[in-house]
Amino acid sequence: MYRRSGELDPQGGNQLALRIAVFGGVALALFAVLFFRLWFLEIIKGDEYLAEARNNRTREFRVPAPRGEILDRNGEVLVSNRTSLALQVNPRKLPADPRERRAELAQLAELTHSTLPRVKRAIREESKLAPGAPVTLRRDVGNHLVYYLEENQDRFPGVTVQRVFVRSYPAGTLAAHLFGNVGEVSEKELKEPRNEGLEPGDSVGKDGVEYQYDKVLRGRAGATRIQVDALGRPTPGGQVDVVEPAPGNDLRLTIDGELQEAGEAALQGQGLAGAYVAMDVRSGAVLAMGSNPTFDPDELTPPISQRQVNELYRDPVRSPLTNRAIAGAYPTGSTFKAITSVAALASGNLTTTESINDDGLFELGGIDFENAGGAAYGSISLETALTVSSDVFYYTLGDRMNGSPALQRWAHKLGIGRESGIDLPGEQPGLLPTPAWRNQLYREDLTDRPWSAGDNVNLSVGQGDLQADPLQMAVAYAAIANGGTVPRPHVALQVDDAAGRVLREFEPRPERSVKIDPEWRETILAGLHGAAQSPGGTSYGIFGGFPVPVAGKTGTAERPPYADQSWYVVLAPYPDPEIVVAVTFEEGGFGADTAAPAALKILSQHFGKEAKPVEATGGAVE
Amino acid sequence: MYATRTRRARPEAFAAHPSIAERLGLPYMDGSLFVGSVVLVATSVFVLAESTMRDVPGSPGYFADRQAIYAVLGLIGMYVLARIDYSRFRELRVGIYTFLCVSVSLVFVFGFAARGSRRAFELPFFSFQPSELGKLLLVLALAGFVIDGARRGSARQRTVRYLCLGLAPAALVFLQPDLGTSLVYVAITLAVMYVGGVRWTHFATIGAALVALIAVVLVAAPAVGTPILKEYQQQRLTSFADPSGDPSDAGYQQNQAKIAIGSGQVTGRGDRATQTRLEFVPERHTDFIFAVIGERYGFIGAAFVLSLYALLIWRALRIVTLSKNSYGTLVAGGIAVMLLFQVFVNVGMNLGIMPITGIPLPLLSYGGSSVLATLLALGVLQSIHMQARLSQRGRFAW
Repeated sequence: MYRRSGELDPQGGNQLALRIAVFGGVALALFAVLFFRLWFLEIIKGDEYLAEARNNRTREFRVPAPRGEILDRNGEVLVSNRTSLALQVNPRKLPADPRERRAELAQLAELTHSTLPRVKRAIREESKLAPGAPVTLRRDVGNHLVYYLEENQDRFPGVTVQRVFVRSYPAGTLAAHLFGNVGEVSEKELKEPRNEGLEPGDSVGKDGVEYQYDKVLRGRAGATRIQVDALGRPTPGGQVDVVEPAPGNDLRLTIDGELQEAGEAALQGQGLAGAYVAMDVRSGAVLAMGSNPTFDPDELTPPISQRQVNELYRDPVRSPLTNRAIAGAYPTGSTFKAITSVAALASGNLTTTESINDDGLFELGGIDFENAGGAAYGSISLETALTVSSDVFYYTLGDRMNGSPALQRWAHKLGIGRESGIDLPGEQPGLLPTPAWRNQLYREDLTDRPWSAGDNVNLSVGQGDLQADPLQMAVAYAAIANGGTVPRPHVALQVDDAAGRVLREFEPRPERSVKIDPEWRETILAGLHGAAQSPGGTSYGIFGGFPVPVAGKTGTAERPPYADQSWYVVLAPYPDPEIVVAVTFEEGGFGADTAAPAALKILSQHFGKEAKPVEATGGAVE
Repeated sequence: MYATRTRRARPEAFAAHPSIAERLGLPYMDGSLFVGSVVLVATSVFVLAESTMRDVPGSPGYFADRQAIYAVLGLIGMYVLARIDYSRFRELRVGIYTFLCVSVSLVFVFGFAARGSRRAFELPFFSFQPSELGKLLLVLALAGFVIDGARRGSARQRTVRYLCLGLAPAALVFLQPDLGTSLVYVAITLAVMYVGGVRWTHFATIGAALVALIAVVLVAAPAVGTPILKEYQQQRLTSFADPSGDPSDAGYQQNQAKIAIGSGQVTGRGDRATQTRLEFVPERHTDFIFAVIGERYGFIGAAFVLSLYALLIWRALRIVTLSKNSYGTLVAGGIAVMLLFQVFVNVGMNLGIMPITGIPLPLLSYGGSSVLATLLALGVLQSIHMQARLSQRGRFAW
């Protein structure tokens, strides 16, 4: 038998038996490995893999919630939604071949008026945020482009057109500065606690009311979880669950659309950069607030062109996006005198009946301070000093109060040089000059001189280093007019749900109270009333013929190197004011020239009454 | 020669009154091997029926029905082969070897391409993949050459000769390209040589050469710009070490298979299986059918299947030792390794411990050629068993 022959079994059966035994041992070892591994996967790690398998088969499609509308106090829609067609590309479905991929992206870039690097960057950044999610290349694509893409679908694998909600502004540019814009939430924003629960791709308010009340407006995105196969295709009957999106609630503003419109028209009528605020004297509800130059909020909805970026963001002089009503920084001129009055009365440096001689000239340390226009009013009391806007009277008060913190403390109490706490982002505190501030600058060699009495004299008439905005002036005047309650200005009135039910009303508590003697208040208001509506008052020429009694003060501030800053702050109706209006214009000249007429237009709208022309006797003199 | 001659002389006792079972040769077959094969192939049909219901629209039983037909044909073939004395194949070794080489070469000419490789002929009812049957043919032919050449040339010459005879068809299959099957050929070649008594020192040399080859193929050749493996093959071979990479690559497939098996836990997810039902696991009716079993029937199902394979291998090894002649020993050893190698590589790939090589799981993976070839190989094993039993009893089939 050849079985026993040759190489096959040279040393007899033992050699073969050994080999078979080794073979059997190897087989046993291999099976042991398989069994052990199987046991490890299914029994030890089974829970983990089961969770992974469950996670694997479902895809969540987020259904964006429509944002709530923004309404004015009368229910007029200021901001609502419209659907827009968004061009999206799914990076996973792009051609695998790098050259084809590049060609397709290049073509897409051309179609969306973008560039290849920009498209690539957008895809890269989005993919980092939400791997596998479609990337929006451009919103608001035209129908012709959609048709083109649909007809050439095979040339554009991975490209889809989706309907998305974007903001629409039926009232055009009206109140543009209040709203701010809405955009896709950024990587950084996602980490903020206020954006908890948001996911990449969601929209979020970026500025203004949209930012401040984002939680009210944003609603809750819904989700459709569906079972998908490995290619992400929905499987039949595989809808796991659906969470309907909850639309955002509507936000009703304290803004009165018609008053807002009148105010903006008054601003634009002057053709100057400026701002105004109309506010309820007691509650701090902002009835209107505007800033010029303005912009079309629709332009902020992406895509935004380079030209628009330059106009909106890169023009420091026009700076259309700046809300000058809360972020302007201007000296206030004589409108500050009401505040100086309160400070002098409260610190005992003046009584309501005390007279000071105004000979038209105030000398301090060898420098002559003069009245505007070189006028001299003789011996006058506080009321007359306000009516005629005597500078010498206030220079005297400023000099008397130098060395004590009275003027600064009262200005600060009334809200000058600090944030008012309004429910809008971007508010600037401005600057209330104090000895400590200037002396610090001097120590740091940032200015040529330390604090002197002249600084206090300047401040007493709202000149010099003072920087305030119309809202601060409105708050200060409101506090004087209502007897000492410093209101917290606010633009949110209430939250309505989609069915119109009121969910929440905003009644912010006053910022603080200050003690203002009723006698001081009466005297100051009488002086301001005279300034506006008695012959010889500084704005009699404007308000003399207005049928509603008002108390208003002009202001003309030197603001080198620019021309004079024009101011007007007015309370109405006198003697128990409900509304305060503060207007200012950059390079507007005398307060009575530009700011006062604008304020008149706003009050005319508010009270529904027109002013009759009067013979100007005291106007145009500051 | 001796064995074939004695086969024709029938002893008196057998001719008298044989029972039906005796006539069918059943007492001489390996019962465990037979039951194991039938249960495995039936499991395959069952799993395919359950898991591929929705795969081909309008014909829920598409895969299961076809697999059942192959199984029946294969079982018939298995029986026929069991009743033929395998020793005859030794005489036909040159013919078998020629047929093997020609058939795996013909696909280059007549084969149809599937996914960039030509492996099969398109026949009227199914496509035939000659390299599958080739595994068995290689065992039969190579074992014959080893027996035949046992006394010719030096030990080293013989080793080189066997290697060349085995690696030639392996190279042809590799060029189709079908990396997995060519690796099976290499395993078979080494197994036959191993059982045939090639010296340990020679195996050590071959092992060293293999390591060098792997280094050249995977590292050196791509580095100098002349890759031997196609990129996807290389990716598959190396990605099992780092399976959780990009979803679109080979590591992803393996990761998905692992998730599928792991999610089956002890008793399996049955029809709630998602990984294998929703195509997260690719090729689930062929290369990754073990993942289907793992997910649907859990550890119990998968362990049951593995035990059946262990049973087959054990019986095959037992047959190696039983064989009445050296040819049978070599053939049984080759078939045992062919099975073991395929099972280990395929299941290992499903479990994420072996690279993806496209080797089917014998008897379970869907595919006519593979099922037929495996059942025929098992038929040869039965034949070796039967001949051994018959010679022990001094009785012969006919």
